Amino acid sequence: MKTTILSLMVLSLMAFSVPVMASGDVEHPPHQHWHFNGMTGQFDKAAMQRGLKVYREVCSACHSMKRVAYRNLVDLGYTEDQVKNIAAEYTVTDGPNDEGEMFDRPARPSDHFVSPYPNENAAKAVNNGALPPDLSLIVKARHDGPNYVFGILTGYEEPPHGHELLPGQNWNKYMPGHVIAMAPPLSDGVVAYDDGSPQTVEQYAHDVVNFLVWAADPYLEARKRLGISVLIFLLVFTGIMYSVKKKIWSDVH
Amino acid sequence: MASGPREKFDNPVVEWIDSRLPVFTLMNKEYGVFPTPKNFNYFWNFGAIAMFMLVTMIVSGIVLAMHYTANVGMAFDSVERIMRDVNGGWLIRYIHMNGASFFFIAVFIHMFRGMYYGSYKQPRELLWILGVVIFLLMMATAFMGYVLPWGQMSYWGATVITNLFSAIPLVGEKIVTLLWGGFSVDNPTLNRFFALHYLMPFVIFAVVFLHVWALHVTGSNNPAGIEPKTKKDTLPFHPYYTMKDTFGLLVFIIVYALFVFYAPDYLGHPDNYTPANPLVTPAHIVPEWYFLPFYAMLRAITFDIGIPFTDITIISAKLGGVLTMFGSIALLILLPWLDTHPIRSARYRPLFRTFLLLFVVVFVFLGYVGSQPADATLGPLPLSVFGLLGTAYYYGFFLVILPWLSKNEKGRDLPASIHESVLG
Ligand code: HEC
Ligand code: HEM
Repeated sequence: MKTTILSLMVLSLMAFSVPVMASGDVEHPPHQHWHFNGMTGQFDKAAMQRGLKVYREVCSACHSMKRVAYRNLVDLGYTEDQVKNIAAEYTVTDGPNDEGEMFDRPARPSDHFVSPYPNENAAKAVNNGALPPDLSLIVKARHDGPNYVFGILTGYEEPPHGHELLPGQNWNKYMPGHVIAMAPPLSDGVVAYDDGSPQTVEQYAHDVVNFLVWAADPYLEARKRLGISVLIFLLVFTGIMYSVKKKIWSDVH
Repeated sequence: MASGPREKFDNPVVEWIDSRLPVFTLMNKEYGVFPTPKNFNYFWNFGAIAMFMLVTMIVSGIVLAMHYTANVGMAFDSVERIMRDVNGGWLIRYIHMNGASFFFIAVFIHMFRGMYYGSYKQPRELLWILGVVIFLLMMATAFMGYVLPWGQMSYWGATVITNLFSAIPLVGEKIVTLLWGGFSVDNPTLNRFFALHYLMPFVIFAVVFLHVWALHVTGSNNPAGIEPKTKKDTLPFHPYYTMKDTFGLLVFIIVYALFVFYAPDYLGHPDNYTPANPLVTPAHIVPEWYFLPFYAMLRAITFDIGIPFTDITIISAKLGGVLTMFGSIALLILLPWLDTHPIRSARYRPLFRTFLLLFVVVFVFLGYVGSQPADATLGPLPLSVFGLLGTAYYYGFFLVILPWLSKNEKGRDLPASIHESVLG
């Protein structure tokens, strides 16, 4: 009986793997090797620091990251002073002060990342009507997020024959529908690294994804670490309960 | 309850309380010495597991509610604040998020167990019906809970599902307005869903109480599907089943923990990490996985039903889908009267067993159909054809196969007693 049930279950699961063609075929981005993957996955702080640099120098021209505060950057291995200095490079509007005026001041660690545009309409107006999404949660907001974002950043191509692009449109292998309003943001050498890492599109994409994964899921490392302890506890407890149960039932069987 | 003659307890404090309010006597009667068939397999763990999940959901939910803001402008942000700035908030949220899925896993298995071993049959019909009521309440609770984070799928799922009620003739539009608290899914909708989402688990708790009460009147069914006759057939609930249930529960929790810690977003939809936007419709609106088979039945009816050769429509495709979906649950309530075969357990009904296992396969397949875009194809055929076929089997199983088998399946010989069935 058990085997029949099992084989039926397996069969029904297999139904899920039958290829089904949905409308608008999209290519799946290839899998990259990520340091944060797996049960013992950890953040790669050096990559995240470089990724922050890429974000600050390139992406932040168009994309906000409203859910991340400068104080969070200590997670990347910066000291409190370094964080203060990074924050101070940005200006935020505060107030009203005692005279009732709004005023500008340098950002503090407790401030959230400063957005490039005052509002969504302003962002659209500058980007041909397309809204550059906030990047704080982008890797969680897409299927297979890390590989997908890496794919978008490295997947620009000439459109195949017969596809005319309108001004402001670009062709990307991994974008659903292939047409994307974002011009290729990266090119070799645009960001200067001071740790000797290659200054290539691939490397930039890899680094910025490491940074974005942390931004979307800052407790990833803590979660995986706690998970190990919880599982060890559960396994031991389960083992004990198994033998207790066995002992108690031994006079029944 | 438990107010008849009472045995004295040795502990003076316990005795003092028990002589005034016999809770200890009650606990001992219902969970201590309660005679329980001795041949349970691990399928009988899932009631206790469902109970554990219900408590887990209530506890984690109350903590979330302390930090959550039910306002369309703030809900998404408040959830992200829980994830980032509340101490341990990410853990509580992932426990609650995945807890809903694991609650449904437990209850699906629990219901399968009931069907396989005929636990819904006389004298346990009401126990079964209370179970179906719990299942309905769970679906309502989970649906409203999914709306609360106010992501894209929250918003659009709520829009699609609440709109279904507009298919009901005459009062449909009024019901929808009542659900929305306005003319679209908006702030009043979110507020009432939050209030109801907080309330319903306690209603579930009350129905579970009735469910377990009914169980303790009839006693449990068992894999052999025959009633215990002598003392040899049963064991006291404690320690035999308390310990076995704890072990089974721990195994379940291990799988649950694997998801909470290593794949917390696997069962969710990425679109729900984008804040709700009434102006942008997601490419493909899908409900949570546990609704998918029902969603497939909803979408299986793609045609109006009317009087042939006229263009009078009696049941629009939309109403047909809604009726089909809710009907699929109504059939569960009627199950004790659709299957009237005297043998309970599928063990001794090979034909019933085959059709039931096929039913499970079809149900899972319907879940797959529900997960795909409406215009998907399988081989040369549109997937919706398979959705319709699956739905037909679902209905046929209850309305044709079960009544037919009740009359015509001969079944195997039953063992003389539970004790003997264990000996083989
Ligand atoms: C010149 C402005 C600009 C810059 C610089 C820019 N982007 Fe974009 N980005 C956009 C716009 C506009 C869109 C919206 C595209 C669309 O919807 O077609 C977008 C969309 C995206 C998307 C979402 C694609 C999807 O699935 O919807 C990602 C991911 C992304 N950008 C990442 C980045 C990263 C990482 C960088 C920095 C390396 C960056 N962008 C730099 C303008 C920009
Ligand atoms: C909140 C969800 C639920 C909880 C907490 C719960 C709890 C329990 C418990 C503790 C038992 C006794 C242990 C067992 O036999 O597994 C039980 C038995 C039972 N439950 Fe549930 N239950 C739930 C939902 C359901 C649902 C949805 C159904 C069916 C529609 C159902 C049908 C039954 C039946 C038929 C029995 C008796 C089983 C037998 O004796 O063979 N329950 N339930």
